[in-house]
Amino acid sequence: MRAAEPPRPDPDALLAQIQERELSTSRGKLRIYFGASAGVGKTYAMLTAARRMQADGHDIVVGVIEPHGRDETAALIEGLEVLPEKKIHYRGKTLTEFDIDTALARHPAVILVDELAHSNGPGSRHAKRWQDVEELLDAGIDVFTTVNVQHLESLSDVIGGIIGVHIAETLPDAVFDEASEIVLIDITADELLMRLRAGKVYQAQLVEHASRNFFRKGNLIALRELALRRTADRVEDDVKAYRIEKSIGPVWKTDSTLLACIGPGPDAEQVIRAAARMAGRMNTDWHAIYVETPQLQRLSPAHRERILEKLKLAQNLGATSAILAGNDIALAIVDYARARNLSNIVVGRSRSSVWPWRSAYAKRITSYASDMDMIEIGRPFPKESPGLEQASGTEASQSAPGVLLSRQHAVPRWGYAWAAAASLLTALLAMPLSRYLDLANIVMLFLLATVLVAVRWGRGPSIAATLVGVIAFDFFFVPPRFSFAVSDLQYLVTFMIMLAVGLIIGHLTAGLRYQARVASHREERALALYEYARELSGALQTEQISEATRSFVQRTFHAKATLLLPDDAGHLRFAPALGEISGPPGTHAPDMGIAQWAFDHAAPAGIGTNTLPGGSFFYLPLVAPMRTRGVLAIEPENRRWILIPEQRRQLDTFAALAAIALERVHYIEIAKSVLIRMESERLRNALLAALSHDLRTPLTSLVGLSDSLAISAPALAPSQRELAEAVRDEAVRMNNLVSNLLDMARIQSGEVKLNLQWQPFEEVVGSALHACRSQLARHQLQTRLPRDLPLVRFDAVLIERVLCNLIENASKYTPPGSRFTIAAEVKEQFLKVTFSDNGPGLPRGMEEAVFEKFTRGEKESAKPGVGLGLAICRAIVEAHGGTLCARRPPDGGTAFVFTLPLGKPPDISSVEEIPASLPN
Amino acid sequence: MPDILIVEDEPHIRRFVRMALETEGWHVFESETARRGLIDAGTRKPDLIILDLGLPDGNGIDFILDLRKWSSIPIIVLSARNEEQDKIRALDAGADDYLTKPFGVGELMARIRAMQRRDLQSHANESGVVRFGDVSIDLASRLVTRANQVVHLTPIEYRLLTMLVKNAGRVVTSPQLLRAVWGPSHSESGHYLRIYMSHLRQKLEDDPARPKYLQTETAVGYRLLLCLE
Repeated sequence: MRAAEPPRPDPDALLAQIQERELSTSRGKLRIYFGASAGVGKTYAMLTAARRMQADGHDIVVGVIEPHGRDETAALIEGLEVLPEKKIHYRGKTLTEFDIDTALARHPAVILVDELAHSNGPGSRHAKRWQDVEELLDAGIDVFTTVNVQHLESLSDVIGGIIGVHIAETLPDAVFDEASEIVLIDITADELLMRLRAGKVYQAQLVEHASRNFFRKGNLIALRELALRRTADRVEDDVKAYRIEKSIGPVWKTDSTLLACIGPGPDAEQVIRAAARMAGRMNTDWHAIYVETPQLQRLSPAHRERILEKLKLAQNLGATSAILAGNDIALAIVDYARARNLSNIVVGRSRSSVWPWRSAYAKRITSYASDMDMIEIGRPFPKESPGLEQASGTEASQSAPGVLLSRQHAVPRWGYAWAAAASLLTALLAMPLSRYLDLANIVMLFLLATVLVAVRWGRGPSIAATLVGVIAFDFFFVPPRFSFAVSDLQYLVTFMIMLAVGLIIGHLTAGLRYQARVASHREERALALYEYARELSGALQTEQISEATRSFVQRTFHAKATLLLPDDAGHLRFAPALGEISGPPGTHAPDMGIAQWAFDHAAPAGIGTNTLPGGSFFYLPLVAPMRTRGVLAIEPENRRWILIPEQRRQLDTFAALAAIALERVHYIEIAKSVLIRMESERLRNALLAALSHDLRTPLTSLVGLSDSLAISAPALAPSQRELAEAVRDEAVRMNNLVSNLLDMARIQSGEVKLNLQWQPFEEVVGSALHACRSQLARHQLQTRLPRDLPLVRFDAVLIERVLCNLIENASKYTPPGSRFTIAAEVKEQFLKVTFSDNGPGLPRGMEEAVFEKFTRGEKESAKPGVGLGLAICRAIVEAHGGTLCARRPPDGGTAFVFTLPLGKPPDISSVEEIPASLPN
Repeated sequence: MPDILIVEDEPHIRRFVRMALETEGWHVFESETARRGLIDAGTRKPDLIILDLGLPDGNGIDFILDLRKWSSIPIIVLSARNEEQDKIRALDAGADDYLTKPFGVGELMARIRAMQRRDLQSHANESGVVRFGDVSIDLASRLVTRANQVVHLTPIEYRLLTMLVKNAGRVVTSPQLLRAVWGPSHSESGHYLRIYMSHLRQKLEDDPARPKYLQTETAVGYRLLLCLE
């Protein structure tokens, strides 16, 4: 026996928890005030909490509150900052909606957004308010909000059944489950009714109506129970999370997963919601599939669209969805379940079939896979609107039938004509043979014709061919010939069998045709993908990628595609096209606003999604490994098309390929430009080095030779000595000028590499004063450097040059004996350094001009030096991320003020602790 | 008469350096190239070498590395501004000091004198005490005083100071100081050094922003001047 080990948390669960925590640190926290119905006091509780936090000094704003004319609520809003609402003009009415852009721009710590399940008005960015809230959370803003239990997606049909009202505004359960905190606001039904009668919930005129409908005691009790239970589930999850974290007890883990199978019937939604609830309770993943058979292929387009919407609903509820093709629904389902190891199959309860020999597919599933659990979901009472079915019927008659998985080519009417003609032709050909052949063999000829028609034109024409064949056989061959009368009743049996065989053959052939078409369609897709990948792999320019994408999407998806790529600032532009002016194709142009949103959020938008589904375009972000590379705007011929999961997956693959190709081209360009930049930098450095050497060498000789001359023996006459010193001084000045010019060239080329080091500012002042000691000989200098200045990060050589140039400049323009001051202080995030003199001061209006190249304080002065020194000072300071400007202080003189960013100095606390390897 | 070798390709510079040195009583040899310089250094056995870093036939640093394989003749290198990294590399390769072009004769002679003094190891007087300004350092008892007041130095500050004293008059590069005081693993932590130098200046200088003795050689290292010139 193994000794009992101390309970250890599952590493995977811990990892998930860490990730979640990381996510939650950057992401805002969502707190939901949850209640059984309106009027329990959620908004009141939320506002009370907000006021308390505001009193504690938190930055809280009210994003949107629906006061419903309640005085208590209105009184609580008093004193809180309320964001202005957005006005939307729609069909002559003015709607007010929560303004997400204002909220993001204001960026408070906490924002109150009432009624999370609210549907936004037309023209808003998102269809639902919870999507606005998601964006706020992503931006790191904490959100307080309210939710009523009936708005939870998974409960909405149950509650709809209880209260007898269809609930349109729903909230995905995931949003509720991922909220950081749930606060349940609970009061008893009686108390709520009392509040209602007291007019605290709705204004008086509404009370009567409300209490007769929604606010019945029975309703309220049921809602309260559901709210309490849902909260209890949620608390249980929290407890589980706590147990994982604290590693209390063994962690229960399940690997069972759910597969929901939906059919074309009205119970599909029921099945999906039930499966979602079960998956939620079992804490497991789930799948939702629809199997399309040749029979189902003949459904009306509107009906088919509804099926796609059901699959979309499943996706919204967290399912992985798929559409399968197959003749046998049960077999397709079992194969899917086995491939993905799904052990629980959820199906709707089958109606008893009109065909007694066809067993329900649920039964067949159990016979194929006896090891799987089968869960049957009850059917709702058949009360669903008959109008809908009618409407779909009329639609069906108007539009051509289509297929979910492949595009069907409608059987042309002349197919039937050909079918009839084929049977008649068979009759004509068989006429001369009737002498030699038995009638049984002539029947075979007709059946052959039926098979050929079925192969060529499908099911309908094959039935037509069978019927015409039977009639022709009767008329032309069965005695008495050339009459529809039948002498021998035996032939009636022949007709019946002929008819049955013809119909069955037609049916089977049509099924085969469908399978073959699906297969060939898939092959077509695979081929298209392969060709697309091959074309992209050879693309070296964005134009080629754009063109390839456009033509392949056109060919494979029969949709217009436009590639939108970001410019340097991240704004989307039309991709350059080959050989034509880039621009929107045709009259329809993609909406750049939506495209930009898709790009910024790396999430699809437009039709078929939850974000701005208006318009005719679908926007797919091209997400590459490094970052999003652009957006593919697609205008499908048929809106439904974009809802098909398989199409979407295919399109996602296309998008991924395009994104990777764009990224590759991007890096090719970067590599090229880096190469060019390196080469030009090498040339420039070589040139500057040569120039520096060639100019400095003669100057070094000049300085040295004139120096030697001045001190040479025998001693020179004083006037000669003065001349020699003047030569030397001019040579030194010339050298400074050359240095300034070379520095300027280096800095202006933008390639100067700052040798940034953390250092005390005092040190560079010391070295600058040492280097400028000859200029300072005739002036006084004062330093005012606080002892506790922090370390600053700068290039000591260049900042020394700034100080020297300032000193040199001041010594040039002030009379001997002037006083200079160097002062430094910390100001906000910068070190502020002031160099001032008490000289005559800058001429008025010259404060900026002195920094221009070749500008000097006085026009045409005899003072030496090209006005380059100050321009270099500014260039150096700006290269450090600071600023330099000149001032005219009120007490006279000139002040030059420059700043250096402080940043965060390295930790130096441990310096002394370093064990020294004693050198001695 | 001491011998000196100038390795420099520019004749005018050779000429004025030679003039200045001969006035001070040196016997001067000249080489135009690094190759010639190495041969001359071997045959003439000079007491000091002045080396231009930018020689046409090769890198001056290679010259130093080659020379240091067999000789410890003091070397002063000549180099231009903006070539601080070259200076550090030359000093780390074994050069003893440097001069930035253009330089005056006075500066050159001061460097040469500092080099000679170091050669004689004459910083401390016979009782092992080094003095500059009103500061005195008793190397034997590890006692530092300023104006007869004891100055408390941390062990690191003291090690830094003795390292500079040992090389007084000469530049010591930041990597050399870091290696000597903190050990080889800290040769990249330049800011430690700058902070400790700042502490030393605050304790030993009258005005730390205008140091007289503990000089900064910007982006290269530090130099302790024992006597003001």
